[in-house]
Amino acid sequence: MAMSSLAEKVVAGDVRSVARLIRDIDDGITEVREVLKDLYPHTGNAYVVGITGSPGVGKSTLVDQMVAHLRERGKTVGVLAVDPTSPFSGGAILGDRVRMQRHSMDQGVFIRSLATRGHFGGLTQSTRSAIDVLDAMGKDYILVETVGVGQDEVDVVRSAHTTVIVVVPGMGDDIQAIKAGILEVGDIFVINKADREGTDKTLSDLRLMIEMDQKKYDEGGWKPPILKVEAVFDKGVAEFIDEIDRHARYLVDSGIGLHFRSNQERVRQELAEMVKGRLIEEVLNTLTDTGDFDRAVESITEGNTDPYTACDQLVLPTIRHSKESRD
Amino acid sequence: MVAKPGLDGHDRGARIIARAYRDAGFEVVYTGLHQTPEEIVEAAIQEDVDMIGLSSLAGAHRYLFPAVVNLLRERGADDIVVCGGGIIPDEDLEKLKQAGIKQIFTPGTPLEEIVTWVKENVTPR
Repeated sequence: MAMSSLAEKVVAGDVRSVARLIRDIDDGITEVREVLKDLYPHTGNAYVVGITGSPGVGKSTLVDQMVAHLRERGKTVGVLAVDPTSPFSGGAILGDRVRMQRHSMDQGVFIRSLATRGHFGGLTQSTRSAIDVLDAMGKDYILVETVGVGQDEVDVVRSAHTTVIVVVPGMGDDIQAIKAGILEVGDIFVINKADREGTDKTLSDLRLMIEMDQKKYDEGGWKPPILKVEAVFDKGVAEFIDEIDRHARYLVDSGIGLHFRSNQERVRQELAEMVKGRLIEEVLNTLTDTGDFDRAVESITEGNTDPYTACDQLVLPTIRHSKESRD
Repeated sequence: MVAKPGLDGHDRGARIIARAYRDAGFEVVYTGLHQTPEEIVEAAIQEDVDMIGLSSLAGAHRYLFPAVVNLLRERGADDIVVCGGGIIPDEDLEKLKQAGIKQIFTPGTPLEEIVTWVKENVTPR
């Protein structure tokens, strides 16, 4: 089957086409699915690093330095910087570029800001698709930066080859919060701003938590290293990149591999999410188009029914219909 | 996208504008200070923005603003609307508009007026 001209341009590395396509993905334009299908055979070559941590820990500065180091090592880099959408206005200020602008004239670097939005299908899906686009564009490394709050964002970094958790000294309670959510997904821990007081305390707190899984490491599992970094002074960044390389070698040597779409568990998870997002989108669109959704809302607000009954009435016929059409 | 071209180091105005756009439901990419026209155009293309708002308080607008418009044209991206704001003398307004700056907002313009203008004059493609 012939590739669409847009897909061809993306594979050829055309910046404008890539930028447009990512916008269309984010806007949920249905036609992009065809382009993504065309691009799929060209994906699977990039190494994806997810960088997450609370606001203000220096993720963007770290990413900026990573880009500089990777470029020195002759690698091309794509950056996806995710910032939160205001739940009140739906708007967002995407400010991660401020720290990375020195790379904007470098043809080997593509930087894109994304807002979390909260559309159907979710951040995870659109970010994954954007990763595929940068991958097909031919970038060697793709760095995905997110604020590590919420399931969606954790899922985003989980779709990376290497997941990096960034913390700063003196955020004792913060580490407690991390423990609950994303400690499990961290492949590398970076203590940024490590010239600050409290670095050793943070280091020992992290080490304690990581060593609780000692059994796993004895069985050959990856033991997450903890690195002291001062991103703004470029201290410890080279060593950090070396650790990413070491993790990549571990993925290969342990048999996990670098091509996630040949990993059943990963594919199962990704496909389930994709189906879920698509179903919600299709069903909600249908219900909105037929007016059933608005009628149900009216019915509830007028006190004629309750939300539970209304939900049954909306959902059950849809499921029945899809079952019947399969039989 | 809100951008600060040139050597002007004052970005409070740009930040306030960015915030006003956000509150109006826009996604705003902020580039930070000291940007060259080339950097601004490259960033705008990578981000695929609908509009660039340039802020200048240091008097170099007559060079910097048209430079952005010209570079966009060279890159085939002249569908991106360019607006400007800051300390700009009245006698420059017409020249800048002739150079392709769609609208200029001078000091004292209410934020609502700017947001309304953008909503009415910039159509997402």
